[in-house]
Amino acid sequence: MPRKASNLELWVVLAVALAVIIVLPCLNAFTPDGSWLHVSNFTITIYGKYLCYAMLAISVDLLWGYTGLLSLGQALFFSLGGYMMGMYLMRMIGDLGQYHQPIPDFLVFLGWSTLPAFWKPFACFPFAMLMAVLLPGTLAGVFGYLAFRSRIRGVYFSILTQALTYAACLLFFRNSLLLGGNTGFTDFKFILGHDLREPATQRALFVSSAIALLLVYLLCKWLTQTKFGRIQRAIRDSENRVMFSGYSTANFKLFIFILAAIIASLAGVLYVPQVGIINPSEMATDKSLETVVWVAVGGRGTLVGPIIGAFAVNAMKSWATRAYPDLWLIFLGTMFVLVTIFMPKGIIGLPAQLRALLKKYRRGKPNGQPAPVVSGEEILPAKSK
Amino acid sequence: MTTPNPRPFVLTLEGVNKSFDGFKAISDLNFYMDEGELRTIIGPNGAGKSTMMDIITGRTRPDTGKVEFGRDTDLTTLNVPEINRLGIGRKFQTPSVYIHHTVFENLLLSLKGPRGVFVTLFARTTSEERDRIEAVLKTVGLTARAEDLAGSLSHGQKQWLEIGMLLAQDPKLLLVDEPAAGMTDEETHKTGELLLSLEGKHSIIVIEHDMTFVRQIARKVTVLHQGHVLCEGTVDEVQNDERVKEVYLGRKKKH
Repeated sequence: MPRKASNLELWVVLAVALAVIIVLPCLNAFTPDGSWLHVSNFTITIYGKYLCYAMLAISVDLLWGYTGLLSLGQALFFSLGGYMMGMYLMRMIGDLGQYHQPIPDFLVFLGWSTLPAFWKPFACFPFAMLMAVLLPGTLAGVFGYLAFRSRIRGVYFSILTQALTYAACLLFFRNSLLLGGNTGFTDFKFILGHDLREPATQRALFVSSAIALLLVYLLCKWLTQTKFGRIQRAIRDSENRVMFSGYSTANFKLFIFILAAIIASLAGVLYVPQVGIINPSEMATDKSLETVVWVAVGGRGTLVGPIIGAFAVNAMKSWATRAYPDLWLIFLGTMFVLVTIFMPKGIIGLPAQLRALLKKYRRGKPNGQPAPVVSGEEILPAKSK
Repeated sequence: MTTPNPRPFVLTLEGVNKSFDGFKAISDLNFYMDEGELRTIIGPNGAGKSTMMDIITGRTRPDTGKVEFGRDTDLTTLNVPEINRLGIGRKFQTPSVYIHHTVFENLLLSLKGPRGVFVTLFARTTSEERDRIEAVLKTVGLTARAEDLAGSLSHGQKQWLEIGMLLAQDPKLLLVDEPAAGMTDEETHKTGELLLSLEGKHSIIVIEHDMTFVRQIARKVTVLHQGHVLCEGTVDEVQNDERVKEVYLGRKKKH
């Protein structure tokens, strides 16, 4: 039964992915403006952004839903990927900036006349991409190694990841880091020789994001079905048992932490050219927290849940920030509380929850058997004759 | 040129001490166990039984003393997974099984074999592994529940599953902490029979409070008190020992 359901899920995902990758861009490119079938450029950019958020959400779920590690710092890795892409895009501006200098505007503003050495290789796209994998991967590796080796678990791990993100956020705000300070990078012009303001370029980025999300989904689908995936969930349910079965759980957690960091970074790489800006506010603690809410709303411990959650919550955010701009955070918080209490399995678990509820009302009595009575332990051993 | 130990103990604890914030949990503990032995350890609360298990399995390091497995494996320098891989399995007092995995999967993850991250990425379940799991399922009486989620098992069945998970690893030494706690009389009796059937194939240490159960399984009983061995012997010898009575009934103690 679960295996069949999981096959069904795979086919549904593939069908939706096909529609997203082929149909939406075609409707954008080949239907006239104003036709009821037309998908606007604005819609393509918005959904492209959501696709990146969905990837970020999967990385959170891989840690939280599957391994029991609630990371409140995934936005850090997302931003690092974004910054690596941003550095490449800044180099591609060339001398078309406000100051018409061959170096990025903010460097001119800071009084530089030549490019700092570490900026030089970022004109090379493959190098920027390599760094987008290596930098978050290494940071996650070092941080994870220290945290898991010291057996930091549960809420302490969450707090540490949040502190790390906050520290990085403060660091990136500094102008002396030469990464744009609080304004970050913006006013991008070209990517791989294509004009970013062209709808065709945005379409290509949208399709790339959709394909990347599909590949990430398939990779995680495979991973969670291997023995590794089973051990991952076993760690979530009873880490002690896993350790006392001879597995070094620290190594398993480290592997998954690095993998999740790279997935988040990849999402950031695709996100930045679509939204056209990256700055340290992307690392702010609330960004990471928001991602956790997406996963909770969609349904953690599943791979489709985070995707649904990322789309649903962000669609709601788009609407709410326009309709009630001051109330969004209250909205978000309330949603998190309500979902946690009433829908612990999120949107994806709703059908099963409703079915169970229906069954319960049909039977007319509360569902569930009474808990087995645990008899008190016999503490006094000796009944001496 | 050391002379080999004449008696092949499977487990040796000598002069072991362990304090927590000034509280002496284990004090000058000496404990020897023969290969294939089924040993029962009893003792009042706070006698150091669980700390002793923690020291053997590497969860706690002793302050001083020798802890050896087999002839010359020093356990005090190894960590929990390493000690487990040597062939020491431990069952916790409260059942700890993977509730979101099936009974079959619980055993699959416990089978003896490589434990590395990358090996598990590409591991496939072989037919030998299936046979081994079938055999363990039969031993612990859970064949019919193989495809059910472990979370759906009764308390007693979870305890048996956890014992099965230890057996799947084919350990040399089994540490079983209060297996009968919270079980019905019938389940307790079945658990006793299960442990007795393992005698000889594995060395087993059972910690237990329930004296009916101890009577059922006990060969040699060790009584722990205040972190060291108070006495050892058969159930009757131990129960008639004046010091044991004093410790348990606690009335004649002079301070």
